[in-house]
Amino acid sequence: MNFIDLLKRIPEICKTPETLPLEGKKLILDFVTWLGSLVGIAVPPWVLTLVNILVVIVAIIAVFLIMFALMSVWERKILARAQNRYGPNRVGPWGLFQPVADGIKMLTKEDIVPRNADKVVHFIAPIVMLVPALILPVLLPYGRGMVAIDLSVGILFFFAVGAGSEVAIFLAGWSSRNKYSILGAMRAIAQMISYELPLVMSAVIVALVAGTLSPTGIVEAQGGYQFGFFPNWFVFTPWGFVACVLFYFSALAESNRSPFDLPEGESELVAGHLTEYSGFKYALFFMAEYVGMFAINGLLVTLFLGGYQAPLPFLTFIPSWCWFFIKLAFLAFSLVWVRATMPRFRIDQMMQFAWKFMLPMSFAALFSAAAWHYAGRGLLGWGISAVLVAIPYFALGYFCFTRHHSADNRRYLFSE
Amino acid sequence: MSPILFWIFSALMLGFGAATILNRNPVASALSLVVSFLGLAALFFGLDANFIGVIQILVYAGAVMVLFIFIIMLLDLKAEQRRQINIPALLGGVAIVVAFTAQLVTVIRSYKAGNEPFAAITPNLPDAHNIGMTLFANYNLPFQVIGVLILVASIGVVVLSQRELK
Repeated sequence: MNFIDLLKRIPEICKTPETLPLEGKKLILDFVTWLGSLVGIAVPPWVLTLVNILVVIVAIIAVFLIMFALMSVWERKILARAQNRYGPNRVGPWGLFQPVADGIKMLTKEDIVPRNADKVVHFIAPIVMLVPALILPVLLPYGRGMVAIDLSVGILFFFAVGAGSEVAIFLAGWSSRNKYSILGAMRAIAQMISYELPLVMSAVIVALVAGTLSPTGIVEAQGGYQFGFFPNWFVFTPWGFVACVLFYFSALAESNRSPFDLPEGESELVAGHLTEYSGFKYALFFMAEYVGMFAINGLLVTLFLGGYQAPLPFLTFIPSWCWFFIKLAFLAFSLVWVRATMPRFRIDQMMQFAWKFMLPMSFAALFSAAAWHYAGRGLLGWGISAVLVAIPYFALGYFCFTRHHSADNRRYLFSE
Repeated sequence: MSPILFWIFSALMLGFGAATILNRNPVASALSLVVSFLGLAALFFGLDANFIGVIQILVYAGAVMVLFIFIIMLLDLKAEQRRQINIPALLGGVAIVVAFTAQLVTVIRSYKAGNEPFAAITPNLPDAHNIGMTLFANYNLPFQVIGVLILVASIGVVVLSQRELK
């Protein structure tokens, strides 16, 4: 094997875009072997294993950080368009280098630690926030055979790791010794605990129907087409649609996005747990929030939108990993769209929405999914399950969200 | 699991377990407990018990610890830090620990099976399926009863929080 052979393989690999990432990884491994033969030693297997792991980790982190950088421009562009203005357009073509300028600004800012703060905890909070956020993406299947760790309990592991961000927010809020910080952290934790229930419940439904907890298995269960053109995605079943919507809004709340951004509501809490953070530590929180947001929406794509499956049979010529990122980009756009158009919730409205509407609806979706399964997963099951989710939906809307009493005789409860 | 990883995670678990009781600051104790749970979860992963490891993180390090932390945030932290060390209580505690450890060591020494290595477990059964089959086939009734118990507890909480302010 020599260097020319390796170079010759590059155009060959590019001919089949479907397997391009996997073949690229093999090429890098062969390149390492060639480097070893250049020095005159056989590369030991543990080095190859290490390179194999590192290539995947570096690729995933690089992709997600580039997505974070692009998203920070794109989000401001979309928001600007929604508000009838231009948005960032000074740095580079169409303002594309804005994240570079932001990064330099963040790095050179003074890092302030309050005098009374718990210095150690104040320092580790951003790290505890970022590490789980960077672990989450390795569990997602990006394309056929493209999953970094194919864990048999992948879905559960995703939620287990995701819970780490709650601890990080608590650390940040508590260590700052600031009443706005601790109030923001308390709100954030209350919100995340409340919305984790519908989030996990709607994922559980999918796991039950697919019969597996592995993300790859769930994507494979959504393969194929009904009547030759209609994709078998779970979002196109009545229970799946309900679960998908519940998951989408819970994911919004989990990643502290507007309209659920009460923990950092500027008008009441300054910036919540982020109040005492400046410079690069603030940037780390920001980065963790965005990477976590991409990861949880990637999970939504995996669970409901068919993962890397193409939406129509004749579109399968586009490689599977492109489909994953196309769907993710669509979701990212919708997140910004929601942020631009929805006002912020009030805290009691938000808690009521989670406990009185979303949680019962997720149980209703579970029953509906069971009915769908036992009615043979066909059109009959579709109809029955549609009825089974429609009844609770209207009942809950009537009993919980229609005002049956006037505002002045509202009584405040102990829990408020 | 390689022995090095086993020792690292065991040391992590025991060290932070000790830090949990030695720290005067409740928040530091709670955080040490989280790290201790994570070390335990890593040991489960090393035994190929992925499901139990994940549940260990999800339930203990996630849900339970977040509730602990939430309560600690609402409490007055100063009282615990100001408390003086009580010498007789400390001596009594140390004596009990020594006696307990001595007893444990003698029992384990005399227990023959404790010194023999286990036969190799044949893994590669999906452990989530195993646990599901055991829970819902063999122990279905106890499982349902526990479910009712938890339901009663949660209804109790709702009733208590609905009490009106006088």
